[in-house]
Amino acid sequence: MNSSAAVQNRHEFVLYFDVTNGNPNGDPDAGNLPRLDPETNCGLVTDVALKRKVRNYVALARPDMPGHEIYMSEGATLNNQHKKAWSAVLPDVTKADELKKLPKEEAKSRELTRWMCANFWDIRAFGAVMTTGVNAGQVRGPVQFSFARSVEQILPLEIAITRMAATTEADAEAKGGRTMGRKHIVPYGLYRAHGYVSAPLASHAVKGTGFSTADLELLWEALCNMFDHDRSAARGEMSTRKLIVFRHASALGNAQAQSLFDRVKTFRVYQGSRHEIGSPATGNWPVARKWEDYEVTIDRDGLPETVEIIEPH
Amino acid sequence: MSVRLHVWGERACFTRPEFKVERVSYDVLTPSAARGILEAIHWKPAIRWHIDRIHVLRPIRFQSIRRNEVGAKASAANARSAMKAGHTNGVGLIVEDNRQQRAATILVDVAYVIEAHFTMTAKAGAEDNAAKHASMFNRRAEAGQCFHRPCLGTREFAAEFALLKPDAPLPESSFPAEPKQIDLGWMLYDVDFANGASSRFFRARIVDGAVAVPPADSPELAT
Repeated sequence: MNSSAAVQNRHEFVLYFDVTNGNPNGDPDAGNLPRLDPETNCGLVTDVALKRKVRNYVALARPDMPGHEIYMSEGATLNNQHKKAWSAVLPDVTKADELKKLPKEEAKSRELTRWMCANFWDIRAFGAVMTTGVNAGQVRGPVQFSFARSVEQILPLEIAITRMAATTEADAEAKGGRTMGRKHIVPYGLYRAHGYVSAPLASHAVKGTGFSTADLELLWEALCNMFDHDRSAARGEMSTRKLIVFRHASALGNAQAQSLFDRVKTFRVYQGSRHEIGSPATGNWPVARKWEDYEVTIDRDGLPETVEIIEPH
Repeated sequence: MSVRLHVWGERACFTRPEFKVERVSYDVLTPSAARGILEAIHWKPAIRWHIDRIHVLRPIRFQSIRRNEVGAKASAANARSAMKAGHTNGVGLIVEDNRQQRAATILVDVAYVIEAHFTMTAKAGAEDNAAKHASMFNRRAEAGQCFHRPCLGTREFAAEFALLKPDAPLPESSFPAEPKQIDLGWMLYDVDFANGASSRFFRARIVDGAVAVPPADSPELAT
């Protein structure tokens, strides 16, 4: 298979990751407490938090590789990137007013967008709105994440910590040289996220970003390894536990996404017995504190022949 | 050619244009978002989708979520002066320095049935006929196929969908039967791209669990 060819198959994926004694995604509305669905007390991790980690992984794993620049990088300068596109495609356009609008000829503007797609991995994958002051068009990427949710309710804990130093002299005098802080952790949480790769947005002649099969492999690689390069005091131990990919034989797909997602089930296991999550039989079980307290099954019975299940590592 | 599509999802955000900085969702799916869902499954320049009715199958409930987003745009004046100077210093937009935390008030646990039909447009060629496009849409929707994954307002809220056969009953609804009529006020109808992308609004009412959507040429629509 030509790995530089645009993706021709629709994909759906289920990503399981867990956190031990860490905060997978703080809620700015709640003093950086782990995000919670207030109705179910299940934990949440937003789509943008996951995409940030994918971007960071790609930047780390493919430095200086042509076509693998990251547009939305931390500390990046977006309009400098737009400028690069302009100077590569239309070196004569220098007036700011002209830069504000897309070129009149559709072909030129498409060329500009295509240049951005060719150079930036995250634009090929996720798309980008490049209309900030200096305009370089707007693209919709094939890769789409939804919010990750913990499979069971989580219990966020507040841990008070002390520091044996103070920031200012006034603090040092008032507090005897010590200050207190707080950390929020989830003792354990297994999260499940769903994602989609819409092949036409990669391979369509006009709308496609050119997201290639090699890019898709890199996406799987990033999803499997991204937490290994995102260590910090806040995160605790996070790791990808399972990635299950459904590959359709066609670009439009061969099965309903929900029927595929339903094939992946999470169970609680304890001392050799296994029950579905939420089953009353698990009511007096101790809470889950490790990956081994869960089991993930994939129902392969009656899977259409046109859908393939892949578990990349 | 009319179709009925059942769509549902865990979350949705049909942003009210008047509250778009700190996004607040409309109470129900807007006709323009419904059109986007249908177009994600099947659309060609030869056809135009018209939404007739939106059945609301779940109680209307909201949740708030706040996220870090990119805040600012670079000014054209800065760009101009930097260009005169011949370098790009100072034009930039640094993501970490341009953070905006934005709250979104979103809908949770939504399900709708979209009743819609399409008409042929002036771009329809000799080979286009309504039956062909209707069967293409039905075939795709039934098999779970889509051009791109449809979403409920914004792309992080993916939509699941299933075709409702013409004679099939509506899916089970937990939308409260009382009151029989709920006035939702003025709601976005669609953006009129033919006329300078102006927004058009209609007075939305849920009557017996469904919003009747007026046709595009209706005098009920206001800009």
